[in-house]
Amino acid sequence: MSRLPADQHHAVRLMLNGKPCSGDAEPRMLLTDFLRHEIGATGTHVGCEHGVCGACTVEIDGKLARACLTLAVQVDGCAVRTVEGLAPAPDRLGLLQAAFKRNHALQCGFCTAGILMSLDHFLREVPKPSEQEVRDLLTGHLCRCTGYTPILRAAMEAAAELAGEPAKEKSDA
Amino acid sequence: MPEKRYGMVEATSSAKGRPDPGSPWVGQSIARVEDATLLTGRGRFMDDIGVHPGTLHAAFLRSPHAHADIVSIDVSQAMSSRGVVAVLHGEDIKALTSSLVVGVKAPVECWPMAVGRARYVGEPVAIAVAADRYRAEDAVDLIDVRYNVRPAVVDPRAAVKPEAPVLHDGFGGNVASDRSFRYGDPESAFASAPHRISIDVSYPRNSCTPIETYGVVADYNPGDDAYDVLANFQGPFSIHAVLSRALRVPGNRLRLRTPPDSGGSFGVKQGVFPYIVLIAAAAKATGRPVKWIEDRLEHLTASVSATNRAVSLVAAVAEDGRILALDWDQIEDCGAHLRAPEPATLYRMHGNLTGAYDIRHLKIRNRVVVTNKTPTGLNRGFGGPQVYFALERLVQRIAVELNLDPLDVITRNLVLADAFPYKTASGALLDSGNYQEALRRGAQEGGLAELKARRQAARAEGRLYGIGYTAVVEPSVSNMGYITTVLTPAERRKAGPKNGAQATATIAIDPVGSVSVHVASVPQGQGHRTVLSQVVADVFGLKPSDIRVNTEIDTAKDAWSIASGNYASRFAPAVAGTAKLAAERIAGRLRRVAASQLNTETDDIAFVDGHVGSKRNPDNRISFSRIAALSHWSPAALPDGVGHTIRETVFWTPPELTAPDEDDQINSSLCHGFIFDFCGVEVDRTTLQTRIDRYVTMHDCGTILHPAMVDGQVRGGFAQALGAALYEEYAYAEDGSFLTGTLADYLLPTVAEVPTPIILHMETPSPFTPLGSKGVGEGNCMSTPVCIANAVADAIGAKDVVLPLVPAKLAEIVRGAEPAPPARRTSSTQAKRGGDRKLRGEGEAVVKANAQQVWDMLLDPNTLAAVIPGCHGVEKISGTHFRADVTLGIGPVKGRYRAEVKLSDLDPPKAVTLTGSAEGGLGFGNGEGRITLGPTPDGGTTIHYTYEAGIGGKVASIGGRLLDGATRVIIGQFFVSLARQAGGGEPASGGLSWFARLRRWFGGAP
Ligand code: FES
Ligand code: FES
Repeated sequence: MSRLPADQHHAVRLMLNGKPCSGDAEPRMLLTDFLRHEIGATGTHVGCEHGVCGACTVEIDGKLARACLTLAVQVDGCAVRTVEGLAPAPDRLGLLQAAFKRNHALQCGFCTAGILMSLDHFLREVPKPSEQEVRDLLTGHLCRCTGYTPILRAAMEAAAELAGEPAKEKSDA
Repeated sequence: MPEKRYGMVEATSSAKGRPDPGSPWVGQSIARVEDATLLTGRGRFMDDIGVHPGTLHAAFLRSPHAHADIVSIDVSQAMSSRGVVAVLHGEDIKALTSSLVVGVKAPVECWPMAVGRARYVGEPVAIAVAADRYRAEDAVDLIDVRYNVRPAVVDPRAAVKPEAPVLHDGFGGNVASDRSFRYGDPESAFASAPHRISIDVSYPRNSCTPIETYGVVADYNPGDDAYDVLANFQGPFSIHAVLSRALRVPGNRLRLRTPPDSGGSFGVKQGVFPYIVLIAAAAKATGRPVKWIEDRLEHLTASVSATNRAVSLVAAVAEDGRILALDWDQIEDCGAHLRAPEPATLYRMHGNLTGAYDIRHLKIRNRVVVTNKTPTGLNRGFGGPQVYFALERLVQRIAVELNLDPLDVITRNLVLADAFPYKTASGALLDSGNYQEALRRGAQEGGLAELKARRQAARAEGRLYGIGYTAVVEPSVSNMGYITTVLTPAERRKAGPKNGAQATATIAIDPVGSVSVHVASVPQGQGHRTVLSQVVADVFGLKPSDIRVNTEIDTAKDAWSIASGNYASRFAPAVAGTAKLAAERIAGRLRRVAASQLNTETDDIAFVDGHVGSKRNPDNRISFSRIAALSHWSPAALPDGVGHTIRETVFWTPPELTAPDEDDQINSSLCHGFIFDFCGVEVDRTTLQTRIDRYVTMHDCGTILHPAMVDGQVRGGFAQALGAALYEEYAYAEDGSFLTGTLADYLLPTVAEVPTPIILHMETPSPFTPLGSKGVGEGNCMSTPVCIANAVADAIGAKDVVLPLVPAKLAEIVRGAEPAPPARRTSSTQAKRGGDRKLRGEGEAVVKANAQQVWDMLLDPNTLAAVIPGCHGVEKISGTHFRADVTLGIGPVKGRYRAEVKLSDLDPPKAVTLTGSAEGGLGFGNGEGRITLGPTPDGGTTIHYTYEAGIGGKVASIGGRLLDGATRVIIGQFFVSLARQAGGGEPASGGLSWFARLRRWFGGAP
């Protein structure tokens, strides 16, 4: 690993949600700060900056990561996915997002981006998860509003839909 | 036997469209208008909003001590650090602002930053303002503060004792307020009652801590002498008056705005207001906008907390369990400062101290104390958890002592269904309800009989299984005057009356006839915009998607009043109803406009499906937008007297909310929902972990506007309450060190811990609110902690249980106090005494040098510099006094400390006592060690040492779990190095190779 001078800015180039993007970062700058304040992708949230709450979860080169425990310079040359990349089109919701909406799986929405990222990744890896498996995954996230039940329900519904079962009810928006 | 799937009982919860056209939108669980934005990462939370170019960023230096005089603050090094624009400390803030209002009448000041003295760990001591947050934090590390530590007091019962350290000179000791109340004839009731049953409880400190932390951006314009502040403040906006006063401007020169989205609050974001003062002052001092986003450590340590409370509660009880009188003695701990609106937590429930029960005789003593802990403020449940923990534990105790069924005791005492509106002894007017019916239905639909069978079966197998109950009245829509109950009637007469609960809503129609709604409700995720769109759509015959709702607040432009904001569960009962009233006013005028256009009478007009038309002749109709827009395009076409239909603002306050009367009776809240909870829990015999087998919560919150959101509130509150019951505590050491500064120490429940409660509803509309609804968001925070506690008490057969019900505490109850660990012969034996964080140990090292050589080394600054872990240099102040500059790290958390080492009790070359203290940005440590040197047979020396050390400040908050080990490692390192320096062989004690292994991690090297 190369050593970067602490007092200099370094160019960080990455693919963000499939599009090239770049910015400057000091070596100590966190990926959360970089995404939010350098790039302007504020959908990734910061709840603790010590890796517990999960609000900042993003995907880096196909793996889930806590953006608050990642330095911006570490993603130079990487492909990063964030919540902004989940919807198929600006005016449409993805299947998982729609399941969240249908099930009232969010209230303030502050924890939601991280949870969506984890579930999105997980449901691709584990197409037909058991409820217990989804629960296990979700223990990496803190939500203070919902009491989790609707999140779990949304995740199971989305999993069923992805596995080809029809959606229980369509959202009216 | 197949288990019933109780988790599936709630049928109300998923989003549905309207079942049939024409039925009202209110009452439907429509999809939320908020969600698409939030789900795609397009929310606009506090830290997502762009700032003016040139905005500076702030970081705080906070006190590592719970109680200390600030001897000196040197900011010179910090000021010369790169990118730093200003460093302000208490005296600067004092010069720029006025003291915050204190909640009681006393000659006490309340600054948002320590002035001369710090009174809690985490209290702001200085603020650094720099080009970015990273530079500001760099500067904070370079501020040099010298403290003189004072003794601290953290326990409210200890704080009232005459020998307790005193925090503020203007209060009597630490007691900020001491009021006694008497309703009915409690003395006679106690004198004649056959039983007197009492309970002493301590409700712990906790917080509903949201995932988004505080944030403030402030700007000051000297040309206007005006502040512009954006903050994720949630109200009550009575605080606006506190702020403008502190910033020394009239209210109209403090523009306070809130962002469109807020990442949860649960009351907590009321507590951002002292930071609004500080950031605004920093903006004034620097002449630039200043932004601050709180971090999690700051939030947990020093944002705000619910009050902890010590309660002694006594009941006069009849043979059959009927409670004839209650005697409350409450000591409310508001932390280091009595910040507005405290002591509101204590008085919010004043009218409800008899809970759901018909108890006519009541005695109360309320004391409010200050202690060396974070100041308190709003928190979901606000006073309810504290009151019900005592009251409902007592009811369970009554049942146990009189050998009655707890449910019978509850039932016998409930207010009767035909007694509403029922005035409680202390003045609350319980608006409506049928508590008996709620109990009956709850027990039946929640499967109480089956739960009892499960308990019986579990107990037959020797398992620890218990059932708990609670009956709770959930007050909502606070009377802004209840807080004045803390004053005597004479003081109130002097101060002038305070009462009411102004809610406000504005409906506006634009030139194309589309409808906008604005309310000053400042939601934090509850979905207010959705519900308002339903309410207003129903009035105008439109679809919710036709209505745009804005819930941001801008005090310079919007309609608001002191009660505005999001607290006391006032949205559904007060704000939504006010929006309905405003919409109806416009609708009334539109009806006249339509009648004249359609040539019919006003009462023939109906609003249906986007049209305004005749009821008798549905073909005679015009589109809503056309009628609605007419006021813009052709005011002259409006019938006489209609005025306009462009905008209507309604202020609504319920007449029932009057000021406290001469007898101190106070209707503290407008609405009173009812909750009946019961649960079955099992406590594992081995791990003493509590598992919720089933939790049933029956709610009557009046008319339900959006069933899924109501259930969302119940579930969210339940999860937080479960945390309060089982895991969460803002823990303090005896010296006031804060021990739970990360989410790995302050444990919020995850999906693995939160079961799905069975939620049941009945609807008894409130006669006092426009829509018949009552608040629902806080109830489970009141009912659930004590319900679980009652169940655990039932399971383990305990008389007293303490929250949170962590296995360690249950172990003390079930198995008695843990015996001391067997003492080991050599180093690193650690014995913690009764809760203090002192670490004691001893060790030994053998070196080749003789005693005199070792002795000389100990007194030589150069040797010390070489052997003190992470030492940058030692300065010799005198022959026995050294000053060292060291860098120490615990894991990734490295900090620079200033250490003082003094030698005493010198017995050359045999023994010496070393007293040391270290202080730095990450906290402080101090310790004392006795070193004795003895000869070995081969001419070397045995160095034997004993020590006692303590650590506090930031390191204690974030690394409590690592600290004890780290301290031992660092002390060990000193002797390992000393031994090596003295040509040492291997140290004698086995522990030291362990030091070597861990050295890389806890390494002190610079
Ligand atoms: S902000 Fe990254 S885990 Fe909490
Ligand atoms: S929705 Fe608010 S924290 Fe999860």
